[in-house]
Amino acid sequence: MYVAVKGGERAIDNAHAWLAEERRGDTAVPEMSVAQIREQLKLAVNRVMTEGSLYDPDLAALAIKQARGDLIEAIFLIRAYRTTLPRFGGTRPIKTAEMACIRRISATFKDAPGGQVLGPTFDYTHRLLDFKLAADGEVPPAPTTVPRQEPTPHITGFLNREGLIQQEPPSDETPPDLTRAPMELPGSRALRLQALARGDEGFVLGMAYSTQRGYARNHAFVGELRIGTVAVEMDIPELGFAIDIGEIEVTECETVNQFAGSKTEPPQFTRGYGLVFGQTERKAISMALVDRTLRWRELGEGNVGAPAQDEEFVLYHSDNIQATGFLEHIKLPHYVDFQSELELVRKLRRDASGAQEAAECPL
Amino acid sequence: MTDDPARKEWMGLLAKAKPDALEGLWTRQRAPRFTWLRAPEIGAAMVRGRIGGTGAPFNLGEMTVTRCSLQLDDGTVGHGYVQGRNKPHAERAALIDALMQTGAAEGIEADVLSPLRAQALARGKQRASKAAATKVEFFTLVRGED
Repeated sequence: MYVAVKGGERAIDNAHAWLAEERRGDTAVPEMSVAQIREQLKLAVNRVMTEGSLYDPDLAALAIKQARGDLIEAIFLIRAYRTTLPRFGGTRPIKTAEMACIRRISATFKDAPGGQVLGPTFDYTHRLLDFKLAADGEVPPAPTTVPRQEPTPHITGFLNREGLIQQEPPSDETPPDLTRAPMELPGSRALRLQALARGDEGFVLGMAYSTQRGYARNHAFVGELRIGTVAVEMDIPELGFAIDIGEIEVTECETVNQFAGSKTEPPQFTRGYGLVFGQTERKAISMALVDRTLRWRELGEGNVGAPAQDEEFVLYHSDNIQATGFLEHIKLPHYVDFQSELELVRKLRRDASGAQEAAECPL
Repeated sequence: MTDDPARKEWMGLLAKAKPDALEGLWTRQRAPRFTWLRAPEIGAAMVRGRIGGTGAPFNLGEMTVTRCSLQLDDGTVGHGYVQGRNKPHAERAALIDALMQTGAAEGIEADVLSPLRAQALARGKQRASKAAATKVEFFTLVRGED
């Protein structure tokens, strides 16, 4: 027998009303504006844009406010909104070599042209709580000096000159888009990078860390980490040429890994690549490490059975919205499912005890 | 149509401009009459990167874009493509794009585009100056005796 049950409407409405009140918190404390979140919780905004896969700082800040600071919930809101937008087109690939860098470091070359530019980083802070921030937020302006005029070339370019590093084959092929077609594995590197770029930071970090600890040997150097703004250019059919349609901040990480060489390739360095929206460097480095690890087949390396080498495992579990959806659905009513399980267990117990009784009292 | 470097530059400048900044400069202009060819609509563009910065393209994620097209009474067509979700901003961009193809171009260039360009340059220079101040100057410690 199946009995449809309706109800809970009033309870749900009241729960949402209370949620709104809890979101606001103590009304004696001034309300936070979306602009305050956008400006003062910028790294949270960056994460929501990256994993929500939509660059729009105002929207990401709004989502964070609505989600009460739950970033995965905020990412969910952005992903849902994203699906309502018509797609105007695909942009030309951004030119990261022309980035206006606010940070650019290399762990491999001390004297790289362009220098080591630290930018606004947490590195070298002592990680001591700063109680001054609890009192007032006034800060003196940051020091400035005459900016360089020369471009900041990619570090891997220097290694390329000696042929010491694997080259990325140039192409202008339209990349696969997992938001338009279901992911098919094994996928291309372009597909993997799209999935990793929008993947959960914690998951990608954990996978990257596992490779460093020995689950797939992957000793990576950060060849270069750069953060800054780039113009985004798109072809406009009604114009017949491409124009800049905006400017975004991105973090790019290139790792340099050892490679012993193969039957066809001389010993050389290989590369892992990470690119994400905003200043999101932990994610960019993690992405580069996982990207490199997933290239084992292409580079003729052994599969040692490490989780991070398993493309299907990594790509099918990196999306926190898919994961959350499946995980959290089990808290929703499963009364009918459970009823059938209950009936089954009762029947099995009846059968078992019946069989036992029969065994105990043979006629 | 072939590439038009001047138009490409001003459209890019308008796309990247802060809506408030453009609004501030535009209010002093007298808006001409026009009809919509395409009313402002909000959408997304899929931003692409290149593997390793130089290799094959891949999809990084989308960005919000607002676009519109309009026609002035004299027949000139203007297009607006701007970053974000601000419809009045796209309208201003399209009007300016149209006016820049008319006799009003010189005035618009002087009153709107030129200050906008200066603001963008100043913003970029300020960030570059702060970044330059965080550049590491290595020095070597002389150790031991020769």
